[in-house]
Formats: sequence, structure tokens, C-alpha cells
Amino acid sequence: MTHTITLTVNGQKYTREVEPRLLLSDFLRHELGLTGTHVGCEHGVCGACTIMFDGESARSCLMFAVQADGHEITTVEGLAKDKDDLHPLQQSFWEAHGLQCGYCTPGILMTMIPFLKQNPNPTEDEIRHALSGNLCRCTGYQHVVDAVKLASEKMREIED
Amino acid sequence: MKPASFDYHAPNTIEEVVTLKSQYGDDAKFLAGGQSLVPAMNFRIAQPSVLIDLNRVSDLSFIREDKKVIRIGSMARERHLEFDASIEKHAPLLHEAVPFIAHPQIRNRGTIGGSIVNADPAAELPVLMTALSAKLKAKSKSAERWIDAKDFFAGMFTTALMPDEVLAEIELPFAEARTGWSFMEVAPRAGDYALMGVATLVTLDENGKCKSAKLVYLNAGDGPVDAVEAAQSLVGESLNDTLIESAALHASEKEINPFGNMHASAEFQRHLAKTLTKQTLKIAAERATQEN
Ligand SMILES: Cc1cc2nc3c(=O)[nH]c(=O)nc-3n(C[C@H](O)[C@H](O)[C@H](O)COP(=O)(O)OP(=O)(O)OC[C@H]3O[C@@H](n4cnc5c(N)ncnc54)[C@H](O)[C@@H]3O)c2cc1C
Ligand code: FES
Ligand code: FES
Repeated sequence: MTHTITLTVNGQKYTREVEPRLLLSDFLRHELGLTGTHVGCEHGVCGACTIMFDGESARSCLMFAVQADGHEITTVEGLAKDKDDLHPLQQSFWEAHGLQCGYCTPGILMTMIPFLKQNPNPTEDEIRHALSGNLCRCTGYQHVVDAVKLASEKMREIED
Repeated sequence: MKPASFDYHAPNTIEEVVTLKSQYGDDAKFLAGGQSLVPAMNFRIAQPSVLIDLNRVSDLSFIREDKKVIRIGSMARERHLEFDASIEKHAPLLHEAVPFIAHPQIRNRGTIGGSIVNADPAAELPVLMTALSAKLKAKSKSAERWIDAKDFFAGMFTTALMPDEVLAEIELPFAEARTGWSFMEVAPRAGDYALMGVATLVTLDENGKCKSAKLVYLNAGDGPVDAVEAAQSLVGESLNDTLIESAALHASEKEINPFGNMHASAEFQRHLAKTLTKQTLKIAAERATQEN
């Protein structure tokens, strides 16, 4: 049996029919065509599928689309206004070489946005701790840490 | 992989929850945070034919003080336990330990009830419930009962809950005066399940002697392992290094029963248990002298 759900993704309202077993990650990618949310492991370990659910980071592979009825989701596509106007966190990843293949990047961004909101001036240790739930097979994390640090500086400047 | 298909119910009240469960029994599973159940479903280790989603049930996510206890709804998120002021004040052991559970993204969804009912021997919350002498309220369509944490965990991934019961609420007594606490674990990486961990409590009497103690271990057997003999050996004594050393030795050699895994041999787990017991007992004893 399918269920009708209405949810907001990146500020836009969608109504769709879904089977209960459809994962939220697959719904975003295949139903809405928002393929920026990546899928690595489907058991909560890699972090590639991390989105913001009502403003808090969460694994989209560990939720069913039907659970998102009435909720608000932000995916990586919701960060930049357009390709020349990146979010400061995205801009910092560009400038500090925070990505190589980019597979892990959307999940890291969607983890770091709420993290930086709660910790506007994090230490390197805090950043590494906050990154522990996101696997990256390319960068060795150093440039990711640098990028988050740079972003925290940029974002504090904007705040001031 | 993708989960097998199932029927989905999202009730709004606890009455509907228990009615559905009495109807479907073991065929139905509750969906709380989904952080253990959904991975199992994605792997098809679990293939429930019915899911009863608890996320829309009102008034199941509370954390509140009530006389000398803290009452926690089973759907309170792990992330909320972490930042709750009552828990910090009256159950500081829990406050200290919650950040060791998984990653923030997981704690944003994972619930206290889900982790308790999941009864993973490597999980923190079952150990903490045992150490804190929590009472757990099980509710069915026809009845309600309170179960002591020590009687709740019935082995690997097994609890005392009946097929028609939901875990509704957790009751934690306030920490007694002159109680010190410490939680420590060793994990390969922050957020991973730990190789070994211990929740330690020490309560002193007016003369600074040990009135009671608790040492409960994770990943040390087929559920939370309560080292009652080691804890008892401290009672009535002033906690000094020799006493702590012998309690740690007894707990780690005689009372726990770790199985070993690909990350750590049973012998290494015992070594960790001994070291962590000594460290946590010292910290807990020290803190107990400062708490009145
Ligand atoms: C990457 C990763 C790392 C993790 N690391 C850790 C860790 O280090 N330590 C740790 O302890 N946990 C860890 N977890 C598990 C996490 O803490 C889970 O949130 C928790 O174990 C289960 O809680 P949940 O609310 O998600 O429950 P669910 O997954 O929704 O449910 C778990 C089980 O409990 C049942 N259930 C749930 N609620 C109730 C209820 N109220 N009454 C009766 N039955 C109920 C369900 O039917 C299911 O069988 C990790 C998970 C992931 C994905
Ligand atoms: S795909 Fe969701 S955590 Fe790996
Ligand atoms: S950049 Fe390739 S996985 Fe992180």
C-alpha cells in the first residue's frame, strides 16, 4: 500500500505517493532527482547520505520517505543560491582543497552546517571529532579540517 | 541493499500503539530512531511485516523532574539527553556518558528507548540504566508494569518485554548525596562501538568511607555486566590504591566475560577493563568528596 506524503525540500513543497519501504535517500535521489545526496553504505556508517532533517543532521539512508511527511529537509542542493554564489562552507572547501572525488562532500557539508551553528569558533580537535561520523577515502581529512576552519572564519566575519 | 516491504502505521497516541501491537504481536516492530532497526532492515537481517512508527506519538519524548526522580519518555532522543539540565544535575553519570554513543547525526535520531530495547551488549545506555538502577515502564493494551533495569536485560539483544508491550518510560532516581561518578570506554575511533567500557558510581558516608559502589561493564558479556562482588569489596572501606587495585583485578578477571572480537582479544578486553576500573574508581571517589 502506498502513502501520500507532503514535505518541504530546500524550501520547495512536494507531494508524492510512496511505498513505505522507500528510503529517504532513494526518495531524494530517484523521486526528486536530487542526486547530490550520496549513498555509500546504507547502514549509517559512512555519512555520505547525511541531510538536514528539521535543521538537524541525520542519515537519510536510515529513514523512510514516509516518515518525512510534514517535515522540512535541506540537502546539499539547498546550500548555494547559484553556482557563482556558493555558501561560505562550500567556498571554503573549494579554496582549501577540502575535496578530491567529492563523494563524501555533501554529507560532510550537511554535518558541518549545524556543527558550525552550534560551535562558531571550533578548535581543530572539535572539528576532527565532529567529522568522525563521515568517512573520506581520498583526502586524509587534513584539507577537510582546514576547509571547515576557514569556513568558520568566513562565517564569523559575515556574522560581525 | 533495500528493505523488504512492510505495512506502515504511524499512530498518534500510546493507546493506538498498544492496540496495534496487541493485534500484530511479533510480526510488528516498533520504529523509534531507526538507527539500529533500519540498518538491520536494509541488510534484510530484520524483515518485519508491520512497522509501528513511534515518532508521531505525542508526549513520549519528555524529560522532566518529578520529586526525587527524572522521568524520561522512551522517544527522548540521545541528543536531548546530552544537553538536558536535569540530567546533568541529577544523573551526571548519564550526562558524561551520552556523548560516547555514536555520532551526533545518529544521536539526533536515536532514542533512549530504542537503545535500551535493542539490548546490544556493546551499547552504553543499557549499562547506564543498570548502573543507575533505572526502572522501566512496559505498557500493553491491558496492563502496565515497572521492571528494574537489572531484570530487564535478558541476554544478547533480548529483554524482558513481552510481544504485546512497548517501553513507555524510564525512571531514574536522583543521585544520592556524596555520590561520585565516572564513565570511560576505549573505542578505535570516536563514535564507534567500544572495545570495553565501564560505568562507575561511588557513594561515601559522612566519614568518607564507601557506602555503596557500582561497576557495570559494556562489551563484557551477553548484556550489561554488573560486577557486584568487586563493588561490594569496597563497601565500608576508605578507598585507597591497594583496595582499588584488588577490586579492579577481581572484576576484570572473575566477573566479566568478554568474548573477544576482530579488534580486541578477550585478554586485551580484560586488560582494558582493569585499567578503566582503576581510573574510574579514582575519579568517582574524588568527585564523591566534592558532592554533597
Ligand atoms: C553508525 C552507528 C554507530 C552507532 N554507534 C553506537 C554506539 O557507539 N553505542 C550505542 O549504544 N549505539 C550506537 N548506535 C546505535 C544507536 O545508538 C541507536 O540509536 C540505538 O541503539 C537504537 O535506538 P533507536 O531509537 O534508533 O531504535 P530503533 O533502531 O528504532 O529500534 C531498535 C529496536 O528497539 C525496538 N524499539 C524501539 N523503541 C521501542 C520501544 N519504545 N518499545 C519497545 N521496543 C522498541 C525496535 O522495534 C527495534 O527492535 C550506532 C548506530 C549507528 C548507525
Ligand atoms: S549511506 Fe547513509 S550513512 Fe552510508
Ligand atoms: S573526497 Fe573522495 S571520499 Fe572524500
